[in-house]
Amino acid sequence: MTQESYEAMWESLNLDLSAHDGLLGVLGKFYGDIYMSQQGRLKGMEYLDFVLSEVHGLRIKELLEAKAQGRKIIGTFCVFVPEELALALDCVQVGLCAGADAGKEAAETLVPRNTCALIKSFVGFKLARLCPYTESCDLIVGETTCDGKKKAYEAFGELAPMYIMEVPQTKTPAARKLWKEEVLRYMATLESMTGKKVTAEKLAKAIKIVNDRRRVLQRLNKLRATVPTPISGRDVLLINQISFYDDPLRFTGAINALCDQLEERIKKGEGVVPQDTPRLMLSGCPMAVPNWKLPFIIESSGAVIVGEESCIGTRNTRDLVDESGQTLDEMLDALADRYMHIDCACFTPNDERLENIESMASELKVDGVVQYTLMFCQPYAHEGFKVEKRLTDHGTPSMILETDYSMEDVEQLKTRVEAFLETIK
Amino acid sequence: MMVLGIDIGSRSIEVVAMRQGEVVEKRHGPTTFNPVQQINHLLEGLEAQMAVATGYGRNLVQELSLGFPVQTITEIKAHGLGAHHLFPKGRTVLDIGGQDTKALSLLPGGRVGKFEMNDRCAAGTGKFLEYSAQIFQIPIQDFGAYALGGDNPPIINSMCTVFAETEATSLMAQGVKPENIALGLHLAIARRTVNMLNRVGLVLPLIFVGGVAHNPCMCNLLAEQTKTKIDETLFVPKEPDMSGALGAALWAQEIVAETT
Repeated sequence: MTQESYEAMWESLNLDLSAHDGLLGVLGKFYGDIYMSQQGRLKGMEYLDFVLSEVHGLRIKELLEAKAQGRKIIGTFCVFVPEELALALDCVQVGLCAGADAGKEAAETLVPRNTCALIKSFVGFKLARLCPYTESCDLIVGETTCDGKKKAYEAFGELAPMYIMEVPQTKTPAARKLWKEEVLRYMATLESMTGKKVTAEKLAKAIKIVNDRRRVLQRLNKLRATVPTPISGRDVLLINQISFYDDPLRFTGAINALCDQLEERIKKGEGVVPQDTPRLMLSGCPMAVPNWKLPFIIESSGAVIVGEESCIGTRNTRDLVDESGQTLDEMLDALADRYMHIDCACFTPNDERLENIESMASELKVDGVVQYTLMFCQPYAHEGFKVEKRLTDHGTPSMILETDYSMEDVEQLKTRVEAFLETIK
Repeated sequence: MMVLGIDIGSRSIEVVAMRQGEVVEKRHGPTTFNPVQQINHLLEGLEAQMAVATGYGRNLVQELSLGFPVQTITEIKAHGLGAHHLFPKGRTVLDIGGQDTKALSLLPGGRVGKFEMNDRCAAGTGKFLEYSAQIFQIPIQDFGAYALGGDNPPIINSMCTVFAETEATSLMAQGVKPENIALGLHLAIARRTVNMLNRVGLVLPLIFVGGVAHNPCMCNLLAEQTKTKIDETLFVPKEPDMSGALGAALWAQEIVAETT
């Protein structure tokens, strides 16, 4: 990272420069240990190495340039916020920093201690002035997917320009109606903020852009189902993480090129690991960048991850928006419908998720599933029981690991993962 | 030719040497702050064809260049193998060691089905008893026998070593008989352990291993809480702390058998 050249920019965003330097140092080392040490990575991954190395640099510069041209920057924490609307109004949407232990002590002055690491992280990043994305945003869109987030946004709203979408908690017709209204209310907010109007033409184009990004990630997931898998789970997680930051068109192009290379590799029968490497799927809570702890532990214990049943994974890419709508109304209906398909643990009941996990486990030919729960994440911790039962009935071994962003339990996690692999070998 | 099983735990190291299916030597010592030196010391004079290391320090042994190949398995697999070898009828294993507790269900042949481990903190493990014994100024070896002198244990809720100590001290201040407090502390562990056993699906007979299985009060309470009878549906080996090293040695033997 060419830090010096960005310092003025970071300073203009009021970041805590020395703490931010420290963060980038740790991130760089972490990335080196976890990513650059991998064997047999494809050339296409250089794009990701570059994007990540410039995650607080060049990409922020681009955002600020977009801002200077009058475009608005929208920050989000959740896959429920329809990016299509932001794009249709020429905004840039980015996912905000929530994957590292940062500013935890400060965060605990605003949120209770028994709050999940992801929430503490985004509050901490803000209080410690470490996230250039958060600081670049014209609007930060929260959502009501769990009590922890809901209440944290109240506190966060005093520090940043916050807007909340109400995500319903059931999938009844009344809930669908509420959600559609929320989509319209959000659209109106963006329209008044940008002074522009969403038109059928612009929305159709935006739907296509976001769908294309989902399609390329679907393609990637199909390719990795091959035995032996052509790409590491760590790399696919990174790709999913970067999909929340990078320009969607550039991202889609780069990942399509990577997929072409993967196809070449598959044709030659080459895998990133030997044929008999145990194949695991991760399921549960999202892993926001740079939360690579568990994937690294798993993949350095002799297994390979071939699926992420997660918001930073298939929950974000499984469903496309129907592109057949002609009028703005039809498109908005299609948009609302697509988001109502998300099988988030905030819904009750949420049986689609069980179906989806089971079919993923079959399609990806997994030997086992690791359910990852962030400590204090009630919705996913609850569903853990059901998922485990469903997988047992399906004949797929599974284990539940509850952890957070700290490194103190790495050895215990390693022992559990190794023992799990011993039981499935 | 000889094979070795080495179990490097947080508190102690055990070594089991086997030749042609028979245990020929057992050694053990404290882990100390210099486990490498301790391992070298414990292995003195042992010439082996191969070794399998287990426990938290398992990877340490691989770095030692011992002059014979070393592989590693987790303590979960090792205890499963060791306990199954000692009591082939056993279906569930409980291991309470120095810093963690494990419950595992056994499949035929000693393979592990399901397992549970305590979280990052050492609540309810050997370490907990060690701290508690200190409050009573009793050597850890005698703490179980001392607790057996209790007849009316108070309910101790805290599983955190530090909070349990606070709870015990305040009970003392209330004039509760120390033997009863000691019994209450043991009971707290036994109850917690049963929860863990139930999570893996407790099927009898149960095998109780690990250093804490030396403690007669823990054995009694475990039998009481799991409604088992010692030597009938609850088995405790004579040297319960050697079971992990034994399992590792058995695995070493299997590897040698497969490769020759």
